[in-house]
Amino acid sequence: MKETKGIWKVIGASSLGTLIEWYDFYIFGSLATVLASQFFPKTNPTAALLSTLATFAAGFIVRPFGALVFGRLGDLIGRKYTFLLTLVLMGGSTFAIGLVPSYESIGFAAPILVLLLRLLQGLALGGEYGGAATYVAEHSPAHRRGFFTSWIQTTATLGLFVSLGVILLTRHSLDADPAKSIAKFNDWGWRIPFLVSIFLVVVSIYIRLKMKESPLFEKLKAAGTRSVNPLKESFGHKSNLKMVLLALFGATMGQGVVWYTGQFYAQSFIENVCKVDFDQSRTILIWAILFATPFFVVFGSWSDKVGRKWIMLTGMLLAVVSYQFLFKQILDLTDPKTKMELVEKRESKSALAPIPHTADSLRTVVSKIFYADGMTMIETKKDTLYTVGKTTIKPDIKISKVVGNGDYWKIVFFVFIMIFYVTMVYGPIAAFLVELFPTKIRYTSMSLPYHIGNGVFGGLTPFIATLLTTIYTNDKLVGLMYPIIIAAVCLVIGTLYITNRIDPEIDD
Amino acid sequence: MNQLKRIAGIIWIVLGPAGIFYLIKTAAAEIAKKPVLDTKIQWGVFVVVFMPIAMGMVIFGYYAFKGEYDHLPERSEELLD
Repeated sequence: MKETKGIWKVIGASSLGTLIEWYDFYIFGSLATVLASQFFPKTNPTAALLSTLATFAAGFIVRPFGALVFGRLGDLIGRKYTFLLTLVLMGGSTFAIGLVPSYESIGFAAPILVLLLRLLQGLALGGEYGGAATYVAEHSPAHRRGFFTSWIQTTATLGLFVSLGVILLTRHSLDADPAKSIAKFNDWGWRIPFLVSIFLVVVSIYIRLKMKESPLFEKLKAAGTRSVNPLKESFGHKSNLKMVLLALFGATMGQGVVWYTGQFYAQSFIENVCKVDFDQSRTILIWAILFATPFFVVFGSWSDKVGRKWIMLTGMLLAVVSYQFLFKQILDLTDPKTKMELVEKRESKSALAPIPHTADSLRTVVSKIFYADGMTMIETKKDTLYTVGKTTIKPDIKISKVVGNGDYWKIVFFVFIMIFYVTMVYGPIAAFLVELFPTKIRYTSMSLPYHIGNGVFGGLTPFIATLLTTIYTNDKLVGLMYPIIIAAVCLVIGTLYITNRIDPEIDD
Repeated sequence: MNQLKRIAGIIWIVLGPAGIFYLIKTAAAEIAKKPVLDTKIQWGVFVVVFMPIAMGMVIFGYYAFKGEYDHLPERSEELLD
């Protein structure tokens, strides 16, 4: 009982810090569009958005470097101080992003500062996860390692949940008038989610300072058998390098794309391809996350009984065979062609505004279209009326849909299924990685494949999938080819080469 | 099973360079289609990031082909030799 009580303290302290780090990391991605208007030249909105997404990707790409830097440190000086350092770095960078003046105020210094701070965030995150997972695993009894480490696995999803919640809450609480509140949020309110992070980080640092070092690391330290060069021992020796490569290509690579497809690309798809409005596309994800999160613990715990391998690989298999179907269902549910319009309820407003310094005018037509199943679609069409007889070749049309109650919950269900797959691939993976490597180089060895799998393969999923839809414009589901191919290759490698054995002793 | 693991190693060895070839080919086509800085940075990052990963895939395939994964280590001493 005493031992278990101690473990819960370890899990609580580790998870809180890791959750905050994920929160810090995600608010940037979730606010990509707002940040684009604040920090990048407004002449071309697509270029501005791409720049932010590239910054987002940069955050992910530096994660493997963070894994190397902090992994090495964690194996040299200990787990506790290393993941304390990553927390300070992450909290500081996030707070600083909230303080950076806009592009209009300080010019190109603004995007450069944001980019640098984002890189620091990525570096910190690269060091955090391996430390937290190792720390919890090294405190856990062998027969419940999957169960205890699965709590750390919930933090990434809960961090996303909290970030979405804080953003929606802030967006709607800055003014009694919803439209004014959103305008204030886009102007300055977006800084609040970044700034509040500092309070959470201070609390977490206080808790982590009170924690003790991992008992297995203390044992190594006392015996004088710590690694003197963790990088060389991890990647310079064939016997360990082959396990690092196996962890990457047989587990984390597929796990990463399944994770980011379910939790990020799904939301991006609902908002940008299906044109569901900002709030609904996020609340759908919030509900799906809420229902699916307990399954991280279920699968982590189950992996203590049946092994880690087949749970993870089944999750990958299900993702590979069902992604096309699931995304197609969401696409159909939001497609006006499949619905009956209530023509008599259609509302249309037209406004004409003169364009400064010309004799031309800008015409804006806002049409509100109602459907029998409860969906509402707002179409905003803007075109220029020229005085010299020219007509606009292609008017700018923006569409925003609010789906009806029944379809809303159907979409929640389909996203839930995708996140359920995430819980299968991600729930047992911390225990799997910890068991693969020896204590003296564990932090370094497990951090790199984890962050290449998740940071590079996973983190670039929404970006590459969106890019594919711009290359092959006729197929709205073409973006799924990337996660499907990567997960399929990983599934074959994992099936062939990974063992289902649970390591009884990780203190060697 | 071990025989299958070794034969599959050849696929992983080929997959690395094949993936990079496809990536570079797509990158060149996309940059030619829209030769602006954004496109160049974007595709440049992809090539730079995935290049070492493809090399890792080749090494993985080579190890598989040589039978390094016929038996997986069960004790840490086997990883630290």
